[in-house]
Amino acid sequence: MIETTLDIQTIRKDFPILHRKVNGQPLVYLDNAATSQTPQQVIDVIVDYYQGYNANIHRGVHTLSQEATDAYEAARQKIQTHFNIAKAHEVIFTSGTTDAINLVANGFTSFLKKGDEVLVSAMEHHSNIVPWQMLCERTGATLKVIPMNLNGELIMEEYHKLLSEKTKLVFCNHVSNALGTINPIKEIIDAAHQAGAAVLIDGAQAAPHIKADLQALDVDFYTVSAHKMCGPTGVGILYGKEEWLNKLPPYQGGGEMIAEVTFEKTTYADLPHKFEAGTPNICGGIAFGAALDYMNHIGFDAIAQYENELLQYATEQLLTIDGLKIYGTATNKTSVISFNIKGIHPYDIGTIVDKLGIAVRTGHHCAQPIMDFYKIPGTVRASFSFYNTKEEVDRLVEGVKRAKNMLL
Amino acid sequence: MTIKEIQEEIVDEFSMFDDWMQRYEYMIELGKSLPLIEEKYKTDDNIIKGCQSKVWVHAELQGDKLVFTADSDAIITKGIIAILIRAFSHQKPQDIIDANVDFIDEIGLKEHLSPTRANGLVSMIKQLKLYAVAYQTQLK
Repeated sequence: MIETTLDIQTIRKDFPILHRKVNGQPLVYLDNAATSQTPQQVIDVIVDYYQGYNANIHRGVHTLSQEATDAYEAARQKIQTHFNIAKAHEVIFTSGTTDAINLVANGFTSFLKKGDEVLVSAMEHHSNIVPWQMLCERTGATLKVIPMNLNGELIMEEYHKLLSEKTKLVFCNHVSNALGTINPIKEIIDAAHQAGAAVLIDGAQAAPHIKADLQALDVDFYTVSAHKMCGPTGVGILYGKEEWLNKLPPYQGGGEMIAEVTFEKTTYADLPHKFEAGTPNICGGIAFGAALDYMNHIGFDAIAQYENELLQYATEQLLTIDGLKIYGTATNKTSVISFNIKGIHPYDIGTIVDKLGIAVRTGHHCAQPIMDFYKIPGTVRASFSFYNTKEEVDRLVEGVKRAKNMLL
Repeated sequence: MTIKEIQEEIVDEFSMFDDWMQRYEYMIELGKSLPLIEEKYKTDDNIIKGCQSKVWVHAELQGDKLVFTADSDAIITKGIIAILIRAFSHQKPQDIIDANVDFIDEIGLKEHLSPTRANGLVSMIKQLKLYAVAYQTQLK
């Protein structure tokens, strides 16, 4: 029995997509780490926006524009409150985590020089490796990697040894997308600060499970994507400490981000508009706020507790299958299970279970260095959300068994 | 047999099955009869791009016919390439260039034909045809 205070069956009614069939079978959606599903409450907000007050924001004097601006800025404040951010203008709307990371990497070009060092963890998503590689190529700085052990945990002793006065930046995800490991980010941030380095934590995978207190963490930058936490795709945020955001140059030029423009010189707008050139994803931002409302209404403590129960149950059940190996066995992890069965390619398992209506991820999960570390072509990844059930775990296990029988 | 005749034969075989599971099991069986590529040709140059699993294909002329060998590290992919090679191998390059692949749809593998699928069936067909084009030029 899985114990929870949540009424999962009622929660599931909020998600229309969970009631469809795939290949003639009721859908079992276990690709939540790639994108989460959207509850009716958020869909309604999107529909309301386009039916009721769709208008461009921040510059119109007419009523619709005022209403849209108010709703958009109210969403910014919800995000501020949710992550315990000191000032609303420290929340920069972006198109998502990748965009947010590129904004910072681009901005740091003028702060780095040859001989400086940038540290990145061994378990990063490609979106958190490539922008830093490009930054190092531009500036002549060196990219160094914080290694991990076979459980998929960062080797913190090595991290502390890597830090020096040359270290200018440290980048690490809060939670690994491929392995589910929850990294000790408070220790990472504090040690980096002692060495005089700035820290960006990628919160894309953590935000659906953990309510981060960004002031308590004292992190310099933190990134989140709405679509991982019941919101729409194409919107996310960059949190930056005010002092850093004031120092960073604008990322993109355009409307909204300027104070005054002449052909001789442009002065930039204040935060957050300096980094929000052009018409933003207005509806997406508002819907992101609604998604936070929805998840907070359910409660992050209850979500984390229930997802952990699901994780424990799924881990036990999957391990009853002979030859099944789980990658990422950190003590501290979110509800993500990456696995392979000896002698079977992950793609084959993914294809068969899809025929059974079960959605899992297969491949390298945009984290090829991790796959190289384990010397595997990829994994099957099942990632659970608070709307998944014990019965769905059972269907996954049955599906994997059936696939194994067919494939071996 | 012509490519069309072989394709009809494959369609006939698959028509015996009523559900996807039997079709996939048969495809896996066919994968086991795939004429395997020699180890020395399993190079990065011979990997077909666009597949989530690795697929190697080698082609060589025997007389005026093109002969394919292949392999894959995923068993379903191996079945798919085996079906394609059964239809295209030991055929004249021009016939391979002219062949259509509607039979894939008829054997119930239509879902694999979408260019956005990670299995790379479309890339495989393209690669086999590219080999045919290259050798056709050589024959002339």
